Amino acid sequence: MNARDEILARTRAALADVTPSDADVQVPWTYGQPVEVGDVLATFVERVEDYRATVVRCAASELPAAIAAGLKFTGTDKAVVPTGLDPEWLSAATGVRFVSEDAGQLGNDDLNRLDGVVTAAAVGIAETGTIVLDHGPGQGRRALTLVPDRHVCVITAEQVVSGVPEAVARLRPSIAARRPLTWISGPSATSDIELSRVEGVHGPRQLYVIVVG
Amino acid sequence: MSEQTHQRLTPAPPSGQLIDSPRFPVAAKHELGNAQQRANLRHATHTIRDKRARVVGELDNWEQLRLAGEAIKNKVLRNLPDHLVRLEASLTANGATVHWARDAAEANRIVVGLVQATGSHEVVKVKSMATQEIELNEALEDAGIAAWETDLAELIVQLGHDRPSHILVPAIHRNRTEVRDIFREEMGRYGTPAPPDLDDNPANLANAARGHLRDKFMRAKVAVSGANFAIADTGSLVVVESEGNGRMCLTLPDTLISVVGVEKVLPSFDDLEVFLQLLPRSSTAERMNPYTSIWSGRREGDGPQDVHVVLLDNGRTRALADREGRQALRCIRCSACLNICPVFEKVGGHAYGSVYPGPIGAILNPQIRGTASEVDRSLPFASTLCGACGDVCPVRIPIPELLVHLRHEVVEAKKADHGVHLPHAEPLMMRSGGWVMGDHRRLEAAQRASTLGGGLLGRFTDHLGPLPWPLSAWTSARDVPTPPTETFREWWRRVRGDDPGPAASGDTPAGHTPEETR
Ligand code: SF4
Repeated sequence: MNARDEILARTRAALADVTPSDADVQVPWTYGQPVEVGDVLATFVERVEDYRATVVRCAASELPAAIAAGLKFTGTDKAVVPTGLDPEWLSAATGVRFVSEDAGQLGNDDLNRLDGVVTAAAVGIAETGTIVLDHGPGQGRRALTLVPDRHVCVITAEQVVSGVPEAVARLRPSIAARRPLTWISGPSATSDIELSRVEGVHGPRQLYVIVVG
Repeated sequence: MSEQTHQRLTPAPPSGQLIDSPRFPVAAKHELGNAQQRANLRHATHTIRDKRARVVGELDNWEQLRLAGEAIKNKVLRNLPDHLVRLEASLTANGATVHWARDAAEANRIVVGLVQATGSHEVVKVKSMATQEIELNEALEDAGIAAWETDLAELIVQLGHDRPSHILVPAIHRNRTEVRDIFREEMGRYGTPAPPDLDDNPANLANAARGHLRDKFMRAKVAVSGANFAIADTGSLVVVESEGNGRMCLTLPDTLISVVGVEKVLPSFDDLEVFLQLLPRSSTAERMNPYTSIWSGRREGDGPQDVHVVLLDNGRTRALADREGRQALRCIRCSACLNICPVFEKVGGHAYGSVYPGPIGAILNPQIRGTASEVDRSLPFASTLCGACGDVCPVRIPIPELLVHLRHEVVEAKKADHGVHLPHAEPLMMRSGGWVMGDHRRLEAAQRASTLGGGLLGRFTDHLGPLPWPLSAWTSARDVPTPPTETFREWWRRVRGDDPGPAASGDTPAGHTPEETR
């Protein structure tokens, strides 16, 4: 018997005592419900800040200026721009050199020589202060928001939901389209030394979030 | 490969096999002698306990989440063959290659073969309990492939020629000064050295790890990971992490090999809404961990293009066959039970002789490894049955009940070994053991009584002679370890000056919110 068939056979044998009614486990949970967080946007901002990320809010018309300010604040000189990002967004950031994701083949080493990235996002979660990227247009392939050290991330007010259940429901189409998902809660961090949290290990050490609207 | 003839590629771990570890009480005694480690552990476990209580207390529906987590996992386990077949089909449809491994040796052969096929002589690794369990790193080393651990704590363990002592924070037994010394001494031998003026500030230590691992990430062609969850309906794997080392491994190399225990399957993507609430709050005590990666096989133009998943049994179906014990397979490896455990806090993880220490290790190891070894036979007794572990478990594994259940099993196994037919004496003792341990006053009285025995007899011998019936029936067949001269609770009071835990105080213990006390 090959390993697959043997493991499946062992599994069936192990469960010989389980009757059909035992197997029909009811999950006492209603999926996709909002959670009570009061003001969703205010909670989102507060919780993202709790991770020692920087958060600003702006109107749609102020976005280019806000992005320029974010790049300056984080000290970004050379930033990578994902395919599909609205070029208008970068129009105010005059001092920064931008490299487009689709300009030639950006290898890992090339990305390692850039110091920041500007992206859109897919979903925000107020209760946990989380941003989810589904790596659709304007978000780039996964390496773009990983290798450069600074991440300026733009999220719209409509993208922010109350809690994890609503977020999972909203991400259904992305996962159905087989897109990878990256959930980001603050800058990279570790608690491995004496269980005290230190921000900044391998992922971007600075996360700058702009909430539009 | 013999060490005399070949230079090792990676730091050598301590010699010997975990399965040959001494019985828990022997190992524990040794570990208790390490005052630095005790201080490190106490500091770390108390820090995380308090934080966990705070973030769990934020959610009004924590108990509902636990009930949902328990039910989803029960649903998976009771229909495991169906979910595995569905998982295999959806992973395959997503462009991943699925392999099945009956045991550690088979899993290691598969992974070594896959790495060799790429022509690469090194892999970067995401922290993974499954690959530790099968001792993959040593199998790779023997095949001339260097496995680099990239999680900070795993790196500390690997560079320190050490073994992990905790499932979430494998270097929890080390403090910052020890970490600094390890980094200064060892990093340069295996890659980018630590800065010469490295101090023991955790931020600088983390930065040294970043510098050391950067080249390895940039050049790596193959990565090996585990997975926290494997989603059957969408064919996706989920890795929950903090540092971004996981993302590096999952994203940058060309080939990704994930070793996943068969019990990790979840029916649906939707189920993540329960587990992505339960896991971060229970493990790192955060509302959410910094990074969670979810990928569905191969994605054109993004990440590894050669994607493999190895589904691992290695004793899990043995555990599944135990009607009571199978509940341990619900475990999501959060480590809350370790952090709350008064025994773990004192002895640390090494005494458990396994990559799974603490309360979960005490119930999981004897089930997946069996009860043939000394250490596995002793593990169900490595507990005061205070109950704190069961109270914090996010998937409601009744750890104390399973410990008692496994004590029976060990007794049966020993009986079978010795060919002794004493059908009633030991089970009866075990039952009365259950009664004694169910109430702290009875337990303390019994422990004091047995301590007196230890004081009288232990001076001359490590083992008790014959005892009055019904114990005599038991001792006539095998050795009974001499009871310690001080009970755990007495020793705790002497050392700590307070009560060891919930069962002892009868009150809601510090660090628990009322709604989690069952
Ligand atoms: S047994 Fe429960 S508390 Fe312990 S690690 Fe597993 S899930 Fe966490």
